[in-house]
Amino acid sequence: MPGTALTGSRIREQRSQQGLRQADLALQAGISASYLNLIEHNRRRVTGDVLARLAQALGLAVDVLEAGAQGALVEDLRSAAAAADSDVELDRLEEFAGRYPGWAGLVAAQYRRGAVLERSVEALNDRMTHDPHLSATLHEVLSALSSVRATAGILAETEDLEAGQRARFQGNLQQDAERLAVSAGALVAYLDGSERPNEGTTAPQEELEAWLAVWGWHLGDVEAGNATALEAEILGLPSPGARVLARAWVGQAVRDAKALPLAAFLAALVEFGPDPALLAQRFQVGMLVVFRRLAMLPGFRFGLVVCDGSGTVTYRKPIDGFMVPRFGAACPLWPIYTALSRPMSAVSALVEMAGRVPQRFGVRAFCQVTQAGEFGGMELREAAMLIWPEAGGDATALAVGSTCRVCARGGCAARREPSILAEGV
Amino acid sequence: MGQHVLLIEDEPNIAEAIRFVLARDGWQVSVLADGALAVAEVSRLRPDLVILDLMLPGKSGLEIVAQLRAAPGTQSLPVMMLTAKGLARDRDAALAAGVSVFITKPFANADIVAQARAMVGL
Repeated sequence: MPGTALTGSRIREQRSQQGLRQADLALQAGISASYLNLIEHNRRRVTGDVLARLAQALGLAVDVLEAGAQGALVEDLRSAAAAADSDVELDRLEEFAGRYPGWAGLVAAQYRRGAVLERSVEALNDRMTHDPHLSATLHEVLSALSSVRATAGILAETEDLEAGQRARFQGNLQQDAERLAVSAGALVAYLDGSERPNEGTTAPQEELEAWLAVWGWHLGDVEAGNATALEAEILGLPSPGARVLARAWVGQAVRDAKALPLAAFLAALVEFGPDPALLAQRFQVGMLVVFRRLAMLPGFRFGLVVCDGSGTVTYRKPIDGFMVPRFGAACPLWPIYTALSRPMSAVSALVEMAGRVPQRFGVRAFCQVTQAGEFGGMELREAAMLIWPEAGGDATALAVGSTCRVCARGGCAARREPSILAEGV
Repeated sequence: MGQHVLLIEDEPNIAEAIRFVLARDGWQVSVLADGALAVAEVSRLRPDLVILDLMLPGKSGLEIVAQLRAAPGTQSLPVMMLTAKGLARDRDAALAAGVSVFITKPFANADIVAQARAMVGL
């Protein structure tokens, strides 16, 4: 076939040749015009059912449109060139991939590896800055050291110190020296622990999130029902814990995709809009399945936070401006916690996230309860919160933060510890 | 009677040490451990200088300074901030909030006395 090897470009070319508008082809294929636009500009990969329906609408066999392995490779190389912002011969990408597939594959693999490592560095940096345990331990060491230094200075420099005062300061010194020993020991133990393999820069959950971010939070192989193709990628994750989480996530994503096939889900979205309740009723599935599918949808910018019954965040898909803490508990005012306390009730809210420039978001939260084992056995709660940017007009927004330690909102009744930040003060 | 300093510090041994060295230097020293009461105590005691920690129970040091700077009677009150957080951005945040002098823990007693004197023009 003449022209580019990329699937999206082939679709665009065929559509133009047939004189079809994007909206016409999108309608026939049961997807939104905006999604087709992303596909045609090669900004979303298209596989499986959607590709089949596009081919059918164009009256073509799937393999005429399919880019194949080389197309995927060219896409990766194009991404690598864009990320590097370097002056490469973009017009000769396909020639490069075709003539030197081994080298081209290596470049693409290095790019993806680099992206994972960049995420790890970001996570490490974030940990050094915001890890409450490290910060608290260092603070304790420095406080004890300050006290030791100030008291020792008095004992050493004050020649006429009264006996009672000397005894008192000596007692303080003894007390602070013991405190210093304990806190320094805790710090050493913490840092030693961080050097162990697979427990270093990132927690397994962070590795999973970095891995999903590299894929753009959307796994085409899952949509195509070909999850086994991902096993090689999963084996490339650094820690065993992350590999376990990734397999569980992929398994769940496969079940979600089966319950809500992409094309049918996109069609329902056109009909009902992104209302989780209507979509759940349409497909006869649980609300959290819809939440996950909405968050993982290509071309949509929903953030997602999931927590367990303890309120611990177990999964996060970030969205710009809505800060989800990596460590420790999140802001207790988040509607996800309202939902956690009211299982099976829909919670909607307009929230304003604290920051140098406060940003507003629409959120929907829901808590699902499952029963493990026999009747009367363990009750498990899982809550999720969908997040999207929403100005909200003149409506009053619920003022929330990320987590108390890095939130500078004054006079917050829900505050559990002082903030270390200056914003908003 | 010497100059009056209000010391807001929740670490009792640090507070005791600072109280001692300043009192020996001739200062009248009042000590407070709870940040939430700080602004009210400043209004009541009208000290010549405030020395406070950044991280305090009840209200952070930065919040206290911001409130003092917003109140007509304490806009120019000298404030020395002590903190175990010595990063440039912490120092910048403190100075932006209106802190006059920023001292990183662990500090030398002589520095506290010298800075305190300089801040009230002694």
